[in-house]
Amino acid sequence: MSMRKTNPIARALRALALLLVGLFFLFPIFWVLLMSFQTNQDILRIPPSLFFSPTLENFYAIISGKLVTSAGTLEVPFMGNLLNSVILSTASVAVSLLFGVPAAYAFARFRFRLGEDIAFTLLSFRFAPPLLVVLPLALYFQDLGLNNSYLGLVWVYQLISLPLILWIVRGYFEDMSPDIEHAFRIDGHSWFATFMKVSIPLARPGIAAAALLAFIFCWNNFIFALILASADKQPVTVGALAFVTASGIQYGQIAASIVLSIIPTLALALYAQRYLVEGLSLGAVKG
Amino acid sequence: MSDLILDRISKSYGKTQVLSEASIEVKAGETVVVCGPSGAGKTVLLRLVAGVVEPDTGDIRIAGRSVLNVGPERRDVGMAFQNFALYPHLTAFENIASPLRARGLEAGEIKKRVDEISKLLRIEHVLGHTPRELSNGQKQRTSLARSLVRGPGVLLLDDPLRNVDAKLRYEMRLELPRLLRNFGSAVLYVTQDYKEAMALADRIAVLRAGRIEQLAPASAIYDAPESIEVARLFGDPTINLYPIRPEAEGGAAVVRLFGQTWRLPRGREAAIDRDCMLGLRPEDVRIGGDGHPGSVAFELEAVTPLNVRGVLYLRGPAGEELLATVPERDIGQFGRGHRRIWIDLPAEKLHLFDRQSGARIAPAAA
Repeated sequence: MSMRKTNPIARALRALALLLVGLFFLFPIFWVLLMSFQTNQDILRIPPSLFFSPTLENFYAIISGKLVTSAGTLEVPFMGNLLNSVILSTASVAVSLLFGVPAAYAFARFRFRLGEDIAFTLLSFRFAPPLLVVLPLALYFQDLGLNNSYLGLVWVYQLISLPLILWIVRGYFEDMSPDIEHAFRIDGHSWFATFMKVSIPLARPGIAAAALLAFIFCWNNFIFALILASADKQPVTVGALAFVTASGIQYGQIAASIVLSIIPTLALALYAQRYLVEGLSLGAVKG
Repeated sequence: MSDLILDRISKSYGKTQVLSEASIEVKAGETVVVCGPSGAGKTVLLRLVAGVVEPDTGDIRIAGRSVLNVGPERRDVGMAFQNFALYPHLTAFENIASPLRARGLEAGEIKKRVDEISKLLRIEHVLGHTPRELSNGQKQRTSLARSLVRGPGVLLLDDPLRNVDAKLRYEMRLELPRLLRNFGSAVLYVTQDYKEAMALADRIAVLRAGRIEQLAPASAIYDAPESIEVARLFGDPTINLYPIRPEAEGGAAVVRLFGQTWRLPRGREAAIDRDCMLGLRPEDVRIGGDGHPGSVAFELEAVTPLNVRGVLYLRGPAGEELLATVPERDIGQFGRGHRRIWIDLPAEKLHLFDRQSGARIAPAAA
């Protein structure tokens, strides 16, 4: 049944339902956005109100790194945290792509001993509760001197991003007709040229999707950085704890920091969108 | 110019034997069509030559040099795939230019050669399009152009006409032999369609269940099929086959069929007292000779026009089925079926096969 043929009432009801669902999911984000322009007093006012005089105080405090509370001025390295988040997530995804994409290709194209077992083991990293993994790991990291280093954190973040990229991209490689690669080899190109010029460009929508997801998961990770990093290496998720101060919780600043920390992922998602919608097969192979 | 030699190639996947001891020789400038039912191993055969798959045993030589364990990029082959396998992210021009780019030709030379081949295949107006924007016929020509552009020593065509419409298939059947002659490559062409095979081949290799059953010029395949299966594969409508057991009578071999005794030509004595299959091509059935001695009455059950010939579906005295064909202009005289007509069997056109092995029983040289 076509949607256009239903009567106007049904259509209106459908629109209303969509609006309600949309509101339900987007309301917290909307509310946080409003909060970020309010003082703590406005936020804690009862009953809450949509009408207030907007202030940039929260953003100013975060960007300048000075949090003024009733108990005095606090140094809040939030911009440093934001930079850490960018460094950690970008580096983690980059490393995962570097190893994950060739590995995904190998799993998709070649049958080798224990291949499936290795692929499954990599996926199983995602089964274990992170806390179980990270506590023993903290001890090793101490011994190895990886504690509180970007290298150590990026390494641990591979537990998040590598399986994700490996499994998503593998699926894309498997859906691709090997004949296209064979044709390119027969044309006279080396194995490596074929991988770079045919396999990777054709899997690009999958690689973009996987990289974006991995980036978001890395960005939102809390527990690894909480335990394995100290202040100067902490990402925003851990850094936000600083807003729980002796003189109360700074809701306004928390909201502003959330808004700021959403921006990079949102920008990345919007940028990656064009690659995500690219059709996979593009009509290369019949059928 | 290079010859292609496949020397007793075997290949199996797990327990499935795909090819066993297949040998084919293709001379430069020659077109050998590999024909056989699906699953016979035709595509694997091409992939072995391309170097995408390696054989278990046997040798493949191109221009006298063994190419086993030589990568596809260094084998001097061109290949057109049944599913076209075009690069979806590149334009038709870049698709065709790919073999030239791989050899590091300069831009001007690449442009010249791509233009040349696309003019020949009449796709010069779509060179700027991506595969997605091409019709099936254009895709097929683009993939053909890509395989030809470099003038490879060995050209592999994997059922390239399978996915195009009937009209284009017919045109290409006429066009391809002329086109292929321009390049002087050794051509290995795969198809399931026996008519396509007959139209394009210098020689036909009939592949069945991984074995080459017969490798011969098209006319020999049709007129002297080496086995029942080859006889069955070539010909539409298929050959009539009857189990018989020739007997000796007056020093010659005779067979009993349709309630009559037929004398076989001399040289068929080897078939005496053996379980045989008798094959009779529908177009060899002689219609007419109403009632004269030696002809048999058949009930005409149905008449079907088929291109330029009409097919008669006949039922013999003991209910035997027989298909006969006549020139289509003659089918008017049979009406819409069900009447009695007389047929005669031309003894010299009968095919004899051993029923056990399916192998042809060739007439002994007189």
